[in-house]
Amino acid sequence: MAAYIFRRLISVVPISLGVLFVTFLLFRVIGGNPAYRIAGKNATPAKIAQITRDRGYDQPYFLNFKDFPRQLFHAQFPRLVRSILRGDFGESITNKMRVSELLRAGILPSLCVTTPLFIVDLCLAVGLALLAAYFRGTWIDRSLVVGAVMALSISEIVYIMIAQYWLASEWRLFPVWGFEGPQYLVLPVLIGVVAGVGGGVRFYRTVMLDEIYQDYVRTARAKGVSPPRVLFHHVLRNALIPILTNVIVALPFLYTGALLLESFFGIPGLGRLLVTSISNGDEDIIFAETFIGAVLFVLANTVTDIAYTWADPRIRLK
Amino acid sequence: MIAWQQLRRNRLAMACLAILIVYTGVWLYAEGTFWFARLRDVTPAYRVSNYAIRNQPPSTAHWLGTNYAGRDNFVQVVQGTRIAFEIAVLTSVIVIPLGFFLGALAGYFGRTIDTAIVYLFSVVGSVPDILLITAISYVVRGVVERSPSMQTVTRYIDSGLLAVCVGLGFTGWVGLCRIIRAEYLKHRERQYVLAARSLGASNMAIMFRHIAPNVSHLIIINFSLRFPGLILTEAVLSYLGVGIANEPSWGAIINDAKQRLWLGNWWELAGATAAMFFLVLALNLFGDALRDALDPKLRTAEARAA
Repeated sequence: MAAYIFRRLISVVPISLGVLFVTFLLFRVIGGNPAYRIAGKNATPAKIAQITRDRGYDQPYFLNFKDFPRQLFHAQFPRLVRSILRGDFGESITNKMRVSELLRAGILPSLCVTTPLFIVDLCLAVGLALLAAYFRGTWIDRSLVVGAVMALSISEIVYIMIAQYWLASEWRLFPVWGFEGPQYLVLPVLIGVVAGVGGGVRFYRTVMLDEIYQDYVRTARAKGVSPPRVLFHHVLRNALIPILTNVIVALPFLYTGALLLESFFGIPGLGRLLVTSISNGDEDIIFAETFIGAVLFVLANTVTDIAYTWADPRIRLK
Repeated sequence: MIAWQQLRRNRLAMACLAILIVYTGVWLYAEGTFWFARLRDVTPAYRVSNYAIRNQPPSTAHWLGTNYAGRDNFVQVVQGTRIAFEIAVLTSVIVIPLGFFLGALAGYFGRTIDTAIVYLFSVVGSVPDILLITAISYVVRGVVERSPSMQTVTRYIDSGLLAVCVGLGFTGWVGLCRIIRAEYLKHRERQYVLAARSLGASNMAIMFRHIAPNVSHLIIINFSLRFPGLILTEAVLSYLGVGIANEPSWGAIINDAKQRLWLGNWWELAGATAAMFFLVLALNLFGDALRDALDPKLRTAEARAA
């Protein structure tokens, strides 16, 4: 088991390197000299030249053949890999702070929003899916499905705007903006759940119905097990694997997930950091968040694979 | 044809299809007016400002009111339909060839090619979609706006629209590629492929003349299930500031409406939201029904429970 976990964790490395390579290509090669974007539209050539020199954008991309064997790795990509291994993601151009500092400061507010959102969303989605599966084919099931599709057909932005304007500003049920106490989190979490639960219900219902027509369910019913017990003890446990996949893969979402919620409600998390960096052209932050998001996703996938072997003994280790 | 008969019997799917046909009509009309104005070098009607009638609530003259520049909001929403369909079409120009070709190569040849392509889409698929789309649109927009050779292109296609489509296209192919690869893996073992090979058909002929027709329905299913996501993502991109800014896409209208909602101008938001809602809803429901009808193997439990 330990060897298996170790092997799986090692496989994260090539993918992460690939992600780093793709993001590097995107930001530095395809996008041209980032100094143009950083300096903004009305920059003088002197300013662009200075940014280019300061941030090392004038060096070769991958290998430096000037002064051959000695400075071979004195190029943009190797330096980037080296600095990321050291946990250094550069510095913000707007306030000259280290990006790693800014990211660290953003984690806690982000988790404050996304953790309750994630838990409530999951419980509600699985609960409603069980309900739909139990009453499959009846009007309860049909209205749940149509309701779920309707809920996910509205943009999250619209939910936020409507709730912020009517619930918070007009009716004064919740604070409109800020991050000063638990009451500031209620409305963002509520909106996140409403916007996100539809997809979950639809997916989990399909998962449960896939299980419900299996032979073992018929056997259990024939033995005289009651329908609710079949649902909770037999179906739910077997549906755990697809649910687990969905949940773990959604975990990195906790990190940047509430992009819109954070920026509309002024919660100083990673999502809002990203939104402000995009409008300021703060390239190092966009780069760092993209890369870290991807690495977390890969890690989550690996954890899912490992969790499979725990949840389902039929899956053998390879 | 059996698929069509099955679809015909599904009343909900038929209602959705009717909605989709109406939207397609609106799209073609909007596209017509846009190009008519563009080719004659006049300002299209939806761009003409009239400050005398700005920010008016809905009335018989302006069904959805007017916006900050005195432009009729209904006309804006109609043009938004055009943008939504243009995004779907332009994105598919990238997604379908890339996803299909790479998926077919990986599934048919296996071995090293498969490993390489799987690695490629694992890498691209690892970056959370919205982050990668944002990053690509952000970078592409910078390139498009700076390079002089793109000027001719951006005269006809908004630079923001182009950036959004490139972003959505180069992330969206992963899903199609996965499905097509899995399908080719199955089909290459089939008897008809063996028969074709024994008759001397080349690999390319087997891949594209023999297997492709058997998996092409997956493209349609993938398209109809991907389309609603594109519309919703476009709205987010507009908010993030890497989306469409100079054309009245639904995302841009909603983003504009944000500031004036605080003045009580609800109609700008309502128009675009309603237009978006019905299209996305119809696409979602129709896409599910289409998948059930075209691909009995993929058939979800929905059809069985009903």
